[in-house]
Amino acid sequence: MFDLLWLVPAIPFAGALLLATLGSRMPRKAVAAVGVCTIAASAIVSILIAVAFLAAPPPGGAYTQVLWTWIDVGSFNPRIAFYLDALSLVMMVVVTFVSFLIHLYSAEFMEGDEGYSRFFAYMNLFVASMVTLLLADNLLLLYLGWEGVGLCSYLLIGFWYQDPVNGRAARKAFIVTRAGDTAMAIGLFLIYHSLGTLGIQDLMQRAIAQWGVGSSYAIAAAALLLGGAVGKSAQLPLQTWLPDAMAGPTPTSALIHAATMVTAGVYLIARTHVLFELAPPVQLAVAIVGAATLLLAGCSALTQWDIKRVLAYSTISQIGYMFLALGVGAWSAAIFHFMTHAFFKALLFLSAGIIIEALHHEHNIFHMGGLRRQLPVAFWTFLAGGCALAGLPLITAGYYSKDLILWHAWNSPAGSVVLWAAGVVGVVLTSLYTFRVIFLVFFGDVRTPVSKRPGLPIRIPVWILAILSIIGGYAGPPLLTFLKTALPAALESRAGALTETGSSAVTALAFLTGFGLAWLFFLSKPARATAVAANPVGSVLHRFWFADWGFDWLYDHLFVQPVLWIARVNRGDFVDAFYTGLSRLIEWTWRILRLTENGQLRWYAAGIAVGSVVFVAIVSFL
Amino acid sequence: MILFWLIVIPLVAGILAWVAGHHRPLAARWIALIAVSLDFALTLSLWARNFHGGWHTWFEQLDWAWIPSFGIHFHLAIDGLSLLLLLLTFFLGILSVLASWTEITEATGFFHLNLLWILAGIAGVFLAVDLFLFYFAWELMLVPMYFLIAIWGHENRTYAAIKFFIFTQLSGLLMLLAILALYFLHHAATGIYTFEYEQLLNTPLAPGVAMWIMLGFFVAFAVKLPVVLLHTWLPDAHTEAPTAGSVILAGLLLKTGAYGMLRFVLPLFPDSAHRFAPIAMALGVAGILYGAILAFGQTDLKRLVAYTSVSHLGFVLAGIFAWNDLALQGAVMTMICHGISTGALFILVGALQQRTHTREMERMGGLWTVVPRMSGAALFFALASLGLPGLGDFVGEFLVLLGLYRVNILLAILATLGVLAATFYALRLVQRAFHGPETHGWQIADLVPREGLVMAVMILALLWLGLYPKPVLDTFQPVMARLEQPLPGR
Repeated sequence: MFDLLWLVPAIPFAGALLLATLGSRMPRKAVAAVGVCTIAASAIVSILIAVAFLAAPPPGGAYTQVLWTWIDVGSFNPRIAFYLDALSLVMMVVVTFVSFLIHLYSAEFMEGDEGYSRFFAYMNLFVASMVTLLLADNLLLLYLGWEGVGLCSYLLIGFWYQDPVNGRAARKAFIVTRAGDTAMAIGLFLIYHSLGTLGIQDLMQRAIAQWGVGSSYAIAAAALLLGGAVGKSAQLPLQTWLPDAMAGPTPTSALIHAATMVTAGVYLIARTHVLFELAPPVQLAVAIVGAATLLLAGCSALTQWDIKRVLAYSTISQIGYMFLALGVGAWSAAIFHFMTHAFFKALLFLSAGIIIEALHHEHNIFHMGGLRRQLPVAFWTFLAGGCALAGLPLITAGYYSKDLILWHAWNSPAGSVVLWAAGVVGVVLTSLYTFRVIFLVFFGDVRTPVSKRPGLPIRIPVWILAILSIIGGYAGPPLLTFLKTALPAALESRAGALTETGSSAVTALAFLTGFGLAWLFFLSKPARATAVAANPVGSVLHRFWFADWGFDWLYDHLFVQPVLWIARVNRGDFVDAFYTGLSRLIEWTWRILRLTENGQLRWYAAGIAVGSVVFVAIVSFL
Repeated sequence: MILFWLIVIPLVAGILAWVAGHHRPLAARWIALIAVSLDFALTLSLWARNFHGGWHTWFEQLDWAWIPSFGIHFHLAIDGLSLLLLLLTFFLGILSVLASWTEITEATGFFHLNLLWILAGIAGVFLAVDLFLFYFAWELMLVPMYFLIAIWGHENRTYAAIKFFIFTQLSGLLMLLAILALYFLHHAATGIYTFEYEQLLNTPLAPGVAMWIMLGFFVAFAVKLPVVLLHTWLPDAHTEAPTAGSVILAGLLLKTGAYGMLRFVLPLFPDSAHRFAPIAMALGVAGILYGAILAFGQTDLKRLVAYTSVSHLGFVLAGIFAWNDLALQGAVMTMICHGISTGALFILVGALQQRTHTREMERMGGLWTVVPRMSGAALFFALASLGLPGLGDFVGEFLVLLGLYRVNILLAILATLGVLAATFYALRLVQRAFHGPETHGWQIADLVPREGLVMAVMILALLWLGLYPKPVLDTFQPVMARLEQPLPGR
C-alpha cells in the first residue's frame, strides 16, 4: 500500500499538466472532471494509506519512499524521496481531503469564469506542491514544495489578472513570502555546511550529536528557518501580505490562504522540532511571535468591513495560536489546531463565498444583513464555522484545540502567565469579531437582495465541513496519541495555581465575554459601536488597526520606495556614464586637434618650426 | 575527425547558404537548419558513445601541425565540459535558426552565413586546446556577430554594434598579449616554443608576472561574461540585435567568457587566481545585485531581459571563483540553464516585437487575453529566471550559493538576496507585459506551431535539468574534480 505514496502528489501534478496544456480546448465539464477527480483520487489514495498505516504501522513508525537522486555533487546528494510518519500522514490526509471539498465547491463556484481550466490547473498544481512539501524527506525537496505553493498562491491571487490591484496583491504575497524564504535558504546553507546533510531525520540526529542545547549554530539555524515560517504563515513581522491576498477567488482563499498553505510554517517548525528544542531562545521567540500576532491580528480583524479581510486577519490570528503552541513545545496541540482550523476556516470562506456570490460580489458586511432567512445554508454553516473559530465551549472543535493550546501555554516549562493571558485575550477578541460579522451579516434588516442560490456541488462541501467543525474536536485524544510516534509529548511543569479545568473555564468565560460584547455592540444597539469608533481615542485606534498597525506604511517607506527610487534613478546605468564620458572625451580631443588641420600654409610651417625646435631641444638636453 | 566536422560543417554550410540565399531565401534557412542539426546529432552521438565516464580526459582529439616553426597546432580536443557546451551551442543554434524563420527577410543568405560562422567560432572556442587557435576562434566569433547586429539589428544598431566590437576587441587584445607573454616565458623556461594548452599548464611563473598575465586573460573573459563595470556593452548589443543574435549572445557568447575562466584562468594560474578569488567573487555578487536592480528599472522588455544576464552570470563568476565542487558544478549548471531560459525569453520578446513592433512595456499589458500561449510560456521562463525550484536555473544557483557559503558567508547572504531581487524583475516583466488590463487593442497571432514547438522543447529541457540533472552533472563533474585537486607545490 505504501508504495502508492508517490501517487498522492503525482496525480494532481498530472492533472495540472493536462489542464495547462490542453485545458483551453477541453469542454468545461471535462475540465471540472479532471480538476476534481484528480484531487479525489489523491485524497482516496492518502486515506487508504492512512488506513494501512493505522492497521500496520511501518517499522519505526515511518516509511520512506525513494524515487531518484535529485542532485548528486560530491557529498551533496538530496533525493526525491517521500517520508511518511504520523505527522506528515495527518497533514497529508487533511490537506487532500479539504482540497477535494474545495475543488468540488469550485467546480460550481467558478463555472462562469473565463479562465476555468487555468483555475483548475493552478489549483491542482497547488495540491501537488503542498503534498510534496509535506512528504519531503529532505529540506531541499521541502523547499521545492514550499516555493511551489508560493507560486500557486501568486498565480491564484492574481488570477483575475486584468485588474492591476490583484496583480499588486499577488506580487506582494510572492515577494514578502520570498523574503522569508531567503532567510530559510540561508538556513539551509548553514545546516548543510555544518551538518553535511539536508535529510530532515539525519540532520536532526546530527544536530543533537553535534550542536548541543543553546549552541550558536542551532540558534542561527532555527532562527533562519523561523524566518521562512513567519513569511509563509503570515506571522509578525511578515504578515502584511495575507489580507491583500484576499483579492484571489474565494475558493483560493479557503484552500491556500486559510486551510493549507499558510500553515506550512507551522508544519516546518514541527517537522524540524529538534532544531528548535536545541535553540531555546528561538523557541521562545516562536511563542512570542505567536502571542503578539494573535493579538495584533485580532485587533485588526475587529475593524475590517470586508468579510474576507476579517477572515484573513482571523487566519493570521489563529496561526498565531499554533505558533504559540509550537513555542511552548506543545507540538501535537499545534497540529490539532491546524486540523480543526483547516475545517472551520475553509468552511467560513466557502460560506462567505456563497454570500458574496449571492449578493453580486458584495464584500462589505455593513451592506449585508438579515441573511439568516434569505440564505439559510450560508447562515447555519457560517454559524457552525464561526462558533468553532470563536471556541464555543464543549460543542465545537475549535474550542478543544484552542483550549489545549492555552493549557500548555500555562503549564509547559516554556510557558508563562503572559503567554497564557495573551491567548485568553485573543479568545475574547476572536469571539467578538466573529459574532460581529455574524450579527451584521445574518441579523438585522435585509440591505442587499439575494440573487443566486447555491447548487449541490457547493452545498455538499460546506455541510461536510460544518459537521467536521463541530465533531472534529472529538478526534483530539486519538490524534494526539497517534502523533506521539512522531512528535515529542509536551512537558508539564507548573500545576498549582490553575488546573486544567480552571484554564478551560477561563477560556469559556473569555468566549462568553466576546460574545456578550458583540451582542451589546452589534445586535442590541449598533449605535454603541459607532460611538466607540467616533470618540478620539477610538477613532485613532480604529484607523491604526484597520491599517494593520501601520506595517504596510512602514515597509513601503523602508523598502519599497527606496528600491523603486534606485531602480528609477539608475535606469540608464551609472557605470555606462563613465564609458559615455570616455567616448565624449575622445570626441572632444578629436575636435580640438582637428582645428590644427585648417589648410593654411603658415600654420603648418609654424607647426613644423616649433616641432623642430622642441625636438632638437629634447635631443640636445637629454 | 568528428571534431573537425563539427567546425567545418557550419563553415561550409554558411557559404552554401549565402550562395543559395540569393535566389531562394528558404533554401538558406533549410541549409542552416540541417547543418546545425547535423552538428547537434554528431555531438549527441559523442555523448551517447562515452556515456559511462572518461569525461575528465580528452576522449576525442585531433592534432595537426599548422605552423610548426612557431609551435602552432590545429589542435582540437573535447572533454565533458566542452561536450555539454557544444550541445548547448547547437541546441540554441537550431532554435535561433527557427526563431529567425520569418523575422529575417533581407539578405537572408548572408544572415545565415554570419549565424553559422558564429556557431563555428563558438565551437572552435570550446574545442581549441592550442592557445593560438583559441584566439583565432575567439576573433572568428566576433566579426560575424558585429555584422549580425549592425545589419539586421533594430533602430540603434550601429551604436550597439560598434560598442560591442570595441569592448570585445580591446579586451581580446589584452588576452593576445597575455598569450604571447606566456608563450615567450614558457620558451625562456623550457626552450620550447609552443601554444599547446597541456604544455603551458605547468609553466613556472614568478608570482607577480603570473598575476599580470592572469589579469590579461581575466579581463578578456570578464568583458564577455560580463563582469559588472565591464558590462555596459551588453544591454545595447542584446537589445539591438535580431532575435537570433540575442539568443546567441546571451546563450553562448557569454558562456565563452565563463568557459575561458574555467579552462584557462584557473588551471594556468592557480596561485594568482586563488589570490584574486575574493575580488572576483565580490565582483560576481555585485553583478548579481546590480544587474537585478538595473533589470527591475527598465521599461524596454528586451533590455530588461538583457540585464538579467548580468545578474545570472554574476552567479557563474562567483561560483567559479568560490572554487569548490559545489560551486563549480553550480556555475556550469547555471551556464547551461541560463542559456536556455534567457534564450527562450529573447525568442519570446522577439516574437512579440515582430508582431507589435514595439519593445516598450508601457505599450503592452493584458496580453494574456490576446496571446495566452505566448504569455504562459513567458511566465514559465520568467519563473525559471527567478530561480523556481524544479527548474534548471534553481539547481545551478543553489549549488553556487551552497558552495559560496562554504567560502564566504557574507557574500553568500548577499547573493541570496540577489535571488530575492530576481523576483522583482521577473514578476514585473509578467505584470507589465502580460497581466493587467488589455487597453491597447492588440490583435496579434498567438504562437504558431513552429514557435510552439521551440517553446515546448525549451520548457521540457528546463524541467529535465531541474528535476533530473544527474546525467548532465555527471558529465562535467570529473572535469571539475580535476580543477579542485590540490595544486602542485602548495
